[in-house]
This record gives sequence, structure tokens and C-alpha cells, in this order.
Amino acid sequence: MLKALPLPSFDTTPFVKGRPLLQRRVSLLSTAALQKRTDKVFYRGEAGYRVIPGGTAPNDIIMAHGSVNFDRSGFQQDLNVCFPLERLHELAREGFIGSVADFHYTVQGGLPPERNEGAAHQIAGLMKREGVDTVLLVPI
Amino acid sequence: MEDEGLSTTQISLVREHSEAIKPPRALWVPFELGRPLGQPNDAEFQKRVLRACLGLLEAESGPVLEDYQEDIPAGSAGYDFTGMSCPIDLHPVPSNDSELTKSLVQEIGQIAPWYELAVDQRQRTTVGISELDILDAARFLSDFIEDPSSPSPRPEMEVGPMLKHTCEDLKAFYSEAMSAQPGMSSSLVVENWLWNETVLGKVLWNFREEHVDDPDSYIGYLAQRGLIPDRQIQLKGAPVF
Repeated sequence: MLKALPLPSFDTTPFVKGRPLLQRRVSLLSTAALQKRTDKVFYRGEAGYRVIPGGTAPNDIIMAHGSVNFDRSGFQQDLNVCFPLERLHELAREGFIGSVADFHYTVQGGLPPERNEGAAHQIAGLMKREGVDTVLLVPI
Repeated sequence: MEDEGLSTTQISLVREHSEAIKPPRALWVPFELGRPLGQPNDAEFQKRVLRACLGLLEAESGPVLEDYQEDIPAGSAGYDFTGMSCPIDLHPVPSNDSELTKSLVQEIGQIAPWYELAVDQRQRTTVGISELDILDAARFLSDFIEDPSSPSPRPEMEVGPMLKHTCEDLKAFYSEAMSAQPGMSSSLVVENWLWNETVLGKVLWNFREEHVDDPDSYIGYLAQRGLIPDRQIQLKGAPVF
């Protein structure tokens, strides 16, 4: 069923080259509808986004995704299996990447992708304002 | 993102989608949906995936679609559920609850020690989206099953979304508890237990049958596609809506 979903097509294939990895500042963008406990809960079909500040405790992050057709037990055991913020910080300390952004973002996947376009532009603007040049996109 | 001047790299869980959409850089991984980094509680495994995914940023041109070669260690989907319950003997507590509510409350009491162990080990829980205490969540679900005109326990939230959040919290409570038990790292084992061996699972299967044509479109959606995973429906041979 998943493989038969209608998919978007794009007229262009932009490809932004950047600096060497160890100079890059990386932010996470997840489609898992993760949010802070205190956030307004993603509603069914919502195409907005939520901000996850880098210092958010794992226990303060919950999942509001509407789909039941992916495993949640991995997320329940270890946030990093779908939102690898701690791993990114370790890679920065190891000198594999330059730095990790102060803010990270989530949207609710499972919608027609064009509906997330507005959120994507807003998130991109926010990322650039804190010097992010690289985005790690993580599906669920 | 790339149009905005940002470089992107991504994990791909469905290779066919990445082949069709052609994102600038994608690393297809052979992991199940919900686990894009592959293996919980294995930092080195996760970092190997990340290094491969971030390494795509060094490509001179794109689109780039690479396959990640390392799969997670093979597990077993089979499990003997005998003995899965509580390490202590619980006595029924007198209450005004219905028999269904009592059954759910008793079951929650039986697995609560494992849930508490899980929270203690992980220093976190993913339960809480309904903002209800877990026993109140069970009572609301039970109340709705017995009387669909039961009000939402949070007046600001309609019954349909409230039911969804309540059921997700209950499922998360059960799943977190079960996955704390020895040998329960496979998602399918946890899932099979929840949907086939528990009172909660039976209640939700019944909910599906009773409300598939519910006049409330949200509750109808929950019954059809919003509570039970497709693979459990297929395993059971239940009708697909």
C-alpha cells in the first residue's frame, strides 16, 4: 500500500554543495510529529511544524503522529532511533561534523508532501538565521 | 530546503519513493518503518548509519541514492507468552467500575511493575499525549465502549481525538512495559502480544467491529485505520476498510 502512494514530481533538482563536513552546522528535521509535552498536539492532517530546542530532555518529547503503521517500540526504548540528536552531538565532538544546531524541527508525515511546503520554507528560514547550512532529514 | 540554499541529506525507508522523487542525497536503509537509525540503544550502530548518510554530502553531484549494507542483527518473531504478567499477586479492589473497566484496570496493574521498570531504566516515558492518568485513560475507553455518548474527559477536546490520544497512551504504556521484559526487543513480538494476548487488544478489536461505520467520521476513521496496524489486520485475516 505504501509503495503505491501517489508521489510528487519536481521540475528542478537543486543540489547545494557546501563546505567540508567538519565545518558544517547540522539541524534535524523529522517527519515523526515529535513535539514537546507542552506543545499543542498535532491534529489529524495538520501541516504545521514544531520546534525541538537542542536542550530538550528526551522525557519531554512525545509523538503525535496519527499513523499506526510504523513501529513505535523502538522510539519508546530510545529516542535516537528516530531523532538522533545525541548521536549528532557525539559526531560533532568526534570532529566528523562541525556543530549541531540549537534548534531542530518536526512535521507530521503521511500528508501529501506539497502540503508541507509552507512549513519547509519557514523552517529553512529559521535554520539559516542560526547559521545552519545542512539539514538531516529523518523519516519515520 | 535546497532551493533555500541548504544542503540536505536524508535517510530513506522506502527505496521506491526515493527512486521516484530523486532527493539530492538519500541513504536507503533496510530497517523497518519507525526505526530509521535501525537499532535502539546501540549508539555505535546508529552512528555508522549517520556517518554514511552525512557522508553523502561529500558527493560532487547528484541526485545520490545509496544503499546501506548493514542490517540489524536477526531476531526472532516467535515468543512464548507463558508467564508474561506480574511478579506480584494482585487482589481485586472493590470499586464501582464496570466489569470491563475492572478487567482493564487489573491488567494495567499487572503490567505496571514492568512499565515502572522501563521508565526507571530509560529515564523517560512516551506516555502522556492524552494528559490523562493511565487508569483514567482506561476508564474513558471503557466508558466509551459501553456508552458511545460518554463525554470527553477534557471538555476542550472532542471525543474522537480524545479517544485517539487515549488509545495511543494505553498502547504506549503496554508496549513500554512489555519491551522492558527479557528478550522482547522485536517490535513484532511486542505488537503480537498487545493485539492477541491482552484485554486492551480485545477491546480495540471490538471497537473496530462496532464503530467501523460510525456516523462520527473521526471515530469511523479510528475504527477503520486509526488504531490497529495494517499488518495485524492482515495477520488476523480481518476485513480491510
